[in-house]
Amino acid sequence: MTVAFYLAAAVAVLATVQVVASTNAVHALLSLIVSLLAVAVVFYVLGAPFAAALEAIVYAGAIMVLFAFVVMMLNLGAAATLEERAWLGPRVWLGPGFLSAVLLGLLVFLLRTAGGPASGGVVAPQPVGAALFGPYVLAVELASMLLLAGLVAAFHLGR
Amino acid sequence: MMGLAKVFGILLVLVILAALLTWVERRLLGLWQDRYGPNRVGPAGLLQVVADMIKILFKEDWVPPFSDRLGFILAPAIVMASLLVAFAAIPITPDIDIWPMNGIGLLFILAMISLSVYSTVLGGWASNNKYSLVGALRAVAQMLSYEVFLGLSLLGVVLQAQSFDLRQIVAAQAGLWFVVPQFLGFVVFMTAGIAAIHRLPFDLPEAESELTAGFHTEYSSMKFGIFFIGEYVGIVLVSAMLATLFFGGWLGPVLPPLLWFLTKTGAFIAFFILLRAALPRPRYDQLMAFGWKLLLPLALLNLMVTAAILLAT
Repeated sequence: MTVAFYLAAAVAVLATVQVVASTNAVHALLSLIVSLLAVAVVFYVLGAPFAAALEAIVYAGAIMVLFAFVVMMLNLGAAATLEERAWLGPRVWLGPGFLSAVLLGLLVFLLRTAGGPASGGVVAPQPVGAALFGPYVLAVELASMLLLAGLVAAFHLGR
Repeated sequence: MMGLAKVFGILLVLVILAALLTWVERRLLGLWQDRYGPNRVGPAGLLQVVADMIKILFKEDWVPPFSDRLGFILAPAIVMASLLVAFAAIPITPDIDIWPMNGIGLLFILAMISLSVYSTVLGGWASNNKYSLVGALRAVAQMLSYEVFLGLSLLGVVLQAQSFDLRQIVAAQAGLWFVVPQFLGFVVFMTAGIAAIHRLPFDLPEAESELTAGFHTEYSSMKFGIFFIGEYVGIVLVSAMLATLFFGGWLGPVLPPLLWFLTKTGAFIAFFILLRAALPRPRYDQLMAFGWKLLLPLALLNLMVTAAILLAT
């Protein structure tokens, strides 16, 4: 299982780099889908099959399809790819690269001090649901209100 | 070793079955439309499949120069791979299944079905053709709408079986098949399932009378063949799910479990072909209104009533 974890994590990291570096919007989107699926595998290996399934269904299967919908409507062609390539010069990498390096350093530091991996066995779907509608019900309700606001706004704009 | 044999056995049977279905469909359509269908090649026209295969393999495999090469080549593979992998979670008999997925088998199948939409989307977009793009856009909207209650309609079954594990769902049906208490869920799931694999009468993404062939207009040779076979794999998948979730899977008296499973699945496949022979294609806005205004409330109602009854007892 450790091998599966590192493989999936490597795929996720590489695919995410590809999302940033790709100059073709649809190809970047495809890489993002691969990255999300790899994260789903990571969740599964860590003993959270329910979270893995939701990651695949909600993120990779539904939200990314909406992204694809929008990108396809934009009708980006070869011209847009060339423009992206011109924008993505070495200087652009400096600022974000520095900030990401700081975050990476922090992450490594925290991981080193936090001790070993937290492997608490497999979490079945039922406890996840019970936790969501028990101690975390306020967060769930707040998130649903946010979504409702988005829905109402979309309905108003689309009328 | 046994596991590998099962994996390759199930894959082989599925692909051969899907190829055979091209012949079964045309013969059955012929029967229901009062004509013969392909009956010339081999006994009862059975070798028609081989003839078609030879023809399609020797056609020119053309990748249009104006297309997005990566997406164009990747698209047919996605539908085939995602739908075939989904079978890993389906228990065919108590002895024949691949992997119970830590008890999330049902969610795994739903995830794979929702991933299969990228095939249509990517194929339609990468073809760089207006008909294809319209087909792809329709596929996205249809999939997103019908996926919502594809999952919701099954929650009644999950509530009653207390599990996402398909083995336990089958085991929970030992007394009474779920089609009786979950009839509403069954109807909604079947409709949503047909829409999710965009099968007639919900084949709006390829609607040949208005969009030439929709998302696969530019495809030829075996790439088209894979889209075509992928659709049949989808039919087998939805039929197998209907048999497992609502009709007790392998359960049944006298006959061996495998035969029961195959009979139930086969009956649904034949029913899907009958639907194609009997029903016209709806208009696009009708399809959307039907989904959101009728099927979604029905699925929610089914879920609420099931939950209320389970809580009360």
